Amino acid sequence: MEKTWNNKAWFMVLPVLLLVAFSAVIPLMTVVNYSVQDTFGNNQFFWAGTEWFEEILHSERFHAALGRNLVFSFIILAIEVPLGIVIALNMPRKGWGVPVCLVLMALPLLIPWNVVGTIWQVFGRVDIGLLGYTLAKLGINYNYVQNPMHAWFTVIIMDIWHWTSLVVLLCYAGLVSIPDAFYQAAKIDGASRWAVFRYIQLPKMNRVLLIAVLLRFMDSFMIYTEPFVVTGGGPGNSTTFLSIDLVKVAVGQFDLGPAAAMSIIYFLIILLLSWVFYTIMTNYDAER
Amino acid sequence: MLELRNVSKVVGGKPHLSDISLTLEHATLNVLLGPTLSGKTSLMRIMAGLDAPTSGSVWFDGKDVTGVPVQKRSVAMVYQQFINYPAFTVYENIASPMRVAGADSATIDREVRKAAELLKLTPFLDRTPLSLSGGQQQRTALARAIVKNAKLVLLDEPLANLDYKLREELRQELPKIFAESGTIFVYATTEPHEALLLGGNTATLSEGRITQFGPTIDVFRKPDDLITAQTFADPPLNTIALAKFGKVFQLEGGVALPVPAHLAEFADGTYTIGFQPHHVATVRTNPGEIGLKATVTATEITGSESYVHLSFADARWTMLAHGIHIYTPDEEIEIFIDPRNLMIFDASGNSVTRRQKLAA
Amino acid sequence: MARIDLNHIRHAYGPNPKSDKDYALKEVHHSWEDGGAYALLGPSGCGKTTLLNIISGLIHPSHGQLLFNGEDVTNLSTQERNIAQVFQFPVIYDTMTVYDNLAFPLRNRGVPEAEIDRKVRETLEMIDLASWAKKKARGLTADQKQKISLGRGLVRSDVNAILFDEPLTVIDPHMKWVLRSQLKQLHQRFGYTMVYVTHDQTEALTFAQKVVVMYDGEIVQIGTPEELFERPKHTFVGYFIGSPGMNVMPVKLAGGMAQIGSHQIQLPSPAMPVAAGKIELGIRPEYVRLGRLGIPVKIAKVEDIGRHKIVRTRLENQEIAVIVGEGQDIPAEPHVAFDPKGINIYADSWRVEGQ
Repeated sequence: MEKTWNNKAWFMVLPVLLLVAFSAVIPLMTVVNYSVQDTFGNNQFFWAGTEWFEEILHSERFHAALGRNLVFSFIILAIEVPLGIVIALNMPRKGWGVPVCLVLMALPLLIPWNVVGTIWQVFGRVDIGLLGYTLAKLGINYNYVQNPMHAWFTVIIMDIWHWTSLVVLLCYAGLVSIPDAFYQAAKIDGASRWAVFRYIQLPKMNRVLLIAVLLRFMDSFMIYTEPFVVTGGGPGNSTTFLSIDLVKVAVGQFDLGPAAAMSIIYFLIILLLSWVFYTIMTNYDAER
Repeated sequence: MLELRNVSKVVGGKPHLSDISLTLEHATLNVLLGPTLSGKTSLMRIMAGLDAPTSGSVWFDGKDVTGVPVQKRSVAMVYQQFINYPAFTVYENIASPMRVAGADSATIDREVRKAAELLKLTPFLDRTPLSLSGGQQQRTALARAIVKNAKLVLLDEPLANLDYKLREELRQELPKIFAESGTIFVYATTEPHEALLLGGNTATLSEGRITQFGPTIDVFRKPDDLITAQTFADPPLNTIALAKFGKVFQLEGGVALPVPAHLAEFADGTYTIGFQPHHVATVRTNPGEIGLKATVTATEITGSESYVHLSFADARWTMLAHGIHIYTPDEEIEIFIDPRNLMIFDASGNSVTRRQKLAA
Repeated sequence: MARIDLNHIRHAYGPNPKSDKDYALKEVHHSWEDGGAYALLGPSGCGKTTLLNIISGLIHPSHGQLLFNGEDVTNLSTQERNIAQVFQFPVIYDTMTVYDNLAFPLRNRGVPEAEIDRKVRETLEMIDLASWAKKKARGLTADQKQKISLGRGLVRSDVNAILFDEPLTVIDPHMKWVLRSQLKQLHQRFGYTMVYVTHDQTEALTFAQKVVVMYDGEIVQIGTPEELFERPKHTFVGYFIGSPGMNVMPVKLAGGMAQIGSHQIQLPSPAMPVAAGKIELGIRPEYVRLGRLGIPVKIAKVEDIGRHKIVRTRLENQEIAVIVGEGQDIPAEPHVAFDPKGINIYADSWRVEGQ
């Protein structure tokens, strides 16, 4: 499909452009502005150049937070994508089970982030939470407030619970678009369950999987609300991700300059990684 | 009058249409005939205003409409897929373009009933499209295109998804329906047989070019060049290369024939001859006919006719013979061709027989 | 390859079928020969695809048995039946090469690699794709993909039957001819049992030795193309086969003559058994002669379709289609005459036997 010639379309997108300008471009510019200056309040600013950037890039605290982000994204992708595929493969294709499964799958996606955090915060508590209480009764010394491993475990389980559905729904959409004839042909060719998956389902799901990975990566890389509500970044700094750290710097310590520089670096990292994904996806399309 | 002047379309560096000039008159049925990817759909999209040409211009009734979007033109389209509003009744589906145009309900009712009658949809007006058969769904889409009373109606392989017999019936009805309006109809198809049944004019397309445009039966009988002849042949055209030396035709594969009298004046050189499968016979009906020995590769019988697949030297031919002819594979048979039915093309593929007529 | 026996097979999609109307496929009881080429021909919804799916094992029939070479396979799965199938839209494994596509069914069955290589190369020769072996299958044209689908069946030496479900739908007319004649040659040379479902009479007639014409869940006639053309058992067969279909007109029979309106037509055999019900005369357009002798008609329309003309004539309220040869002229005062050998008489739409 190609566009017809005229410039009317610009008028149609003008309101959106204005909105984006106010909501994104202007705040972004403000951040850029802060990132190259120093201030002691009172609206007094001093030129700082690339000082903040250098400081951030050499700061161990930043490296640690970035590392935590990467580890976190890697773990949840490694779990959510295969798990999502397995669930999608086992969902019914027709009958009354389809709407039931779809609604069940969509439920976690409909819950606001902070509510998810709160649910798990309570769920995991040893005194009143179902999970925490049960684990404690089973003799497992579970305490996400004090044990970093337990805190990570909780945050990861929470993310999987919240977001695997998205991968499932995307994969399911890819799966139902495969014509029946492919499955019939595979039966006739004597293909095993694994061969059907490897040579029919996986190639047909390729595109939606790339989208799923891209969305889940970006989202998990920007995670903030849930760990903030559940662990507040602790114990210690063990679940302090970039976004949480950023807020600590900006609001907690009121270091506007470093915080601004940090958010720009953060933004650039996400932009870079998204670009990498985008390139992979478009190359894949071109190959087809 | 719809006029395309030197229209070309390039998409992503690849030419989809090359230098197309075509004039379509009002109240005509025009068939675009060509295989998949020959440019039929691209051409229709430009005619409709869904796409703008890369170069060249489109004129309607003397006005340049190049780049004018489809909403501002008087165009209706019917596609291979049956496209109707699933939630509307057949009546509302047919009425929809008139409702958009703001016609009063009395006019709408009259026109809808008239179109429904024409397309045999009257008993189904209160049903929804999805409860109908494929043929009835496509009739609904056709009726909608007709009540729109557009100046240009584009039909992109509208019968391709229908059963053979339904196609046959609709093909027979369509020219009647078309004849009753002053509209320009453009009908794309891959099937030569369909073009012949529809009649009207035909433009043959090959690789984004129009190779010939004229009354359908003329294009079929007197193709300008080899590509047109091949595009407009079903079963495929039989061809073979030959060289003319004085009074002898030397066929590919070593057989030599005396040059038929009416072809004696051609210059010596290499040619390609083509002949339609129904012009090959198993018996000689007049002494002037050329006799050749060919090998049977397969026989297909339709009940009244036989398609005999032959090999002659490296060429693969088809014979369409009346009656039942059963041969065993690899059997050698003698076939006869009336030299007056031969089409002769020069080295660049242009018809020599036609050039001769033009000169005369 | 196998003989296929259909023992009183019936199928209903809904539960608890009561009347005949509930059955998508009414009683089918036939035996198809080993090595035969059969076509199931009929309009959409006639039950032909249901019957094919019963043979391939995708549908378990509500009643009856299916036998391959005398062995009951009704309860066997598709895999266990050892059949091959070519679908309407080409099914290929996109990510594999042409070679690997063909090797796939053999590898799944644990055939030794040397044997696979021999069979695949042999099959590639048969379907004319030897030079494409190393190419990725997804870059191919529709007709080549369809050949790969077929090749995956041919490569197995143990297939009982090859089933085709409207395999030429997405193929351009020119390639249809090539593919069809290749299919025909494969059948003639290797003697596979083939079952071919289509709504296209040309495909059915040219492909099959025996055409099974279906209508409304029933088999109306099984016959050679010639039988279906010359002696259609039901007016539906007359209409459905042939282009245009058979002319069918109500007549009165009396003393070896058929009366159409005020005109008399001589019947081929005077000893026509008298049948009750609605009597009709059927004659194919190929057997109607347009000339100066016979019954006077009006000409409604002439369609020149190149190799012959279809002349639509009117006799009172009856339309009679006539096929006229390419070079033949249409007389100024047209009359039609019926060739006696093309006349069939129908009572309540079924052909009166013993004519």
